[in-house]
Amino acid sequence: MNSRDRILGRVRRALADVPPHDGSYEEAVPRNYLREHGKRTLQETVDLLAENLADYRAIVHRTDTADLPHLITRLLAAHGSTEMLVPPELPASWTAAADPVRIHDRAELTPERMDRVASVVTGCAVAIAETGTLVLDGSPDQGRRRISLIPDHHICVVRVPSQVVASVPQALERLDPTSPLTWISGPSATSDIELNRVEGVHGPRTLEVILLDD
Amino acid sequence: MSGTFVGMPAFPEAARTAVDDPTLRGNLRHATHTIRAKRASAVAELADWAELREAGRRIKDHTLRHLDRFLEQLEASVTAAGGTVHWAEDAEEANRIVAALVKETGESEVVKVKSMATQEIGLNEALQAEGIRAYETDLAELIVQLGKDRPSHILVPAIHRNRGEIRDIFTHEMAAWGRPAPEDLTDTPADLAEAARLHLREKFLRAKVGISGANFMVAETGTLVVVESEGNGRMCLTLPQTLISVVGIEKIVPTWRDLEVFLQTLPRSSTAERMNPYTSMWTGTSDEDGPRAFHLVLLDNGRTDTLADQIGRQALRCIRCSACLNVCPVYERAGGHAYGSVYPGPIGAILTPQLRGTASEIDASLPYASSLCGACYEVCPVAIDIPEVLVHLRERIVQGGPAVRHGNKVVLRPARGHAAERAAMRAAAWAFGHPGALRTGQRLAARSRRLHPRTLPGPGRAWSATRDLPAMPAEPFRDWWQRTHGGKDAK
Repeated sequence: MNSRDRILGRVRRALADVPPHDGSYEEAVPRNYLREHGKRTLQETVDLLAENLADYRAIVHRTDTADLPHLITRLLAAHGSTEMLVPPELPASWTAAADPVRIHDRAELTPERMDRVASVVTGCAVAIAETGTLVLDGSPDQGRRRISLIPDHHICVVRVPSQVVASVPQALERLDPTSPLTWISGPSATSDIELNRVEGVHGPRTLEVILLDD
Repeated sequence: MSGTFVGMPAFPEAARTAVDDPTLRGNLRHATHTIRAKRASAVAELADWAELREAGRRIKDHTLRHLDRFLEQLEASVTAAGGTVHWAEDAEEANRIVAALVKETGESEVVKVKSMATQEIGLNEALQAEGIRAYETDLAELIVQLGKDRPSHILVPAIHRNRGEIRDIFTHEMAAWGRPAPEDLTDTPADLAEAARLHLREKFLRAKVGISGANFMVAETGTLVVVESEGNGRMCLTLPQTLISVVGIEKIVPTWRDLEVFLQTLPRSSTAERMNPYTSMWTGTSDEDGPRAFHLVLLDNGRTDTLADQIGRQALRCIRCSACLNVCPVYERAGGHAYGSVYPGPIGAILTPQLRGTASEIDASLPYASSLCGACYEVCPVAIDIPEVLVHLRERIVQGGPAVRHGNKVVLRPARGHAAERAAMRAAAWAFGHPGALRTGQRLAARSRRLHPRTLPGPGRAWSATRDLPAMPAEPFRDWWQRTHGGKDAK
């Protein structure tokens, strides 16, 4: 007998008191909690997202398609970046006006090389208003997980209101668990020193979120 | 301070030393009081907290009651997604599996995400014995590792250290492990975080093997979830070529949708945030993005023994948020080290004696490390009735009885050191069964009350050393009742 069989055997013996017809999972779990907290218009939900992002020290900008390239250019210049990482299918127009050299994410790009790039620009999959969270799912406008991790300055573009949901339950409905997912709520932080939140450990220390009107 | 829990004294002795340390008490009071108020306001933001808590409890209970089925489903999902599943009965087997997997890669160092399971099995020490160096990358774990210290809190293992102590540890110890601390390092938290960033970055960038635990495993999809703050988790989960996750078998949830409950309750309970900065979710392996090889080591190590106890099994619902530590009056004063386990505080007092058994003095003393005030139960996001389990375990220690150890049914003998308690209870049982004797005894006690000592003699001395004996009334209740007809004739 191997360890797998031994552990499963122990589990079954431990559960000898559980009757064979114990009720289904659906019956066992009440789902009477809220799908979202409070009633809001789409616009109010977007406002809440902006508020909660800022509350956790993300820097929030709002713009439209026409101004987006100029805004990105200004943000990169303000950060003093000479290079920026871009995922394979970031809309070309977004960075059309930007001076920094585009470093395209490719399999050959080593972590050490990425570490020398100051900024990264990505899209996102979903943004959650109630928690101020961005979710990236590795789609071609977001790229591999590492590109939004190693550079110290992350610019993330959220299409509003189409990519915004109110709550965590609504976000999970939109996401595909087979994609690698990264949930981001503000810049890298720690509470490890005296249980006080301090921004800036291993992930990007500056997170700028651009809410782009659809 | 040694890095091991083996041979620890029982809780009361260890706690006495801790209570005498004013720095430790100050550090703990500051940290726990800060987080308590923040948690309360984060929880108050959700009008449906009670419903979320109940759903969390039910999801975990249903999973535990059908754990065999969900384990098999998880194994199939992870395998289908490109992962390899290993099963470990105990710490020794888990350590052997992980060491062998690391050796297969030809590497001699690994980077680690904070993980309670790997702390529990002593993985770092086991890897060191095999010539493999494990680098802790969570800030608090780094402080513990560099300080050759032991963790004292589930979420913030270095909670017993203040900023000045952390600065000293970084200044003196970082050089031996890699990049030294900056020469003019101050004790401001931002500078300390920056020092950790610089020290660890070179390790992340060259790492070939990452080791993690997981907060949740989804049976239907094979998805693993790691919840963190700093980004060290993301580094370890995405940059190495090989990822090994060691996870307790109770960490399963049945469906993807179940995460909607725990991703709301866990961050608010643990760091009092609406959402923690980073959460990573991965299902097997993905082309180009992240590790090419993924190994999941499913760990029993006493969990099936715990599952066999119908009252005690609720401890397996725990999602390791640490809210119970932060509100506990005993933890606040005694600190985490006194519990002699990587699981301190109220949850540790019920989990450790079930995972390890109650054969050692420290483990048998843990169910008594509580005033039974119930604050832990109030804040628990999966409604573990910790006081109920504490009382249940006390009963088992004093009276002995059936239990399961290492998968085998055993009958525990009544613990030594509780003989006086058992004798007192036997005497009380006899007296309550003999009303005449009880009445005579009560009258004698009432009349002689001026002669009663303030403390108990003999084996009762320890009990009355920290408590006042109850004052004896001048007249036994039953005499008063008869004399006054239940108070009707009283003036």
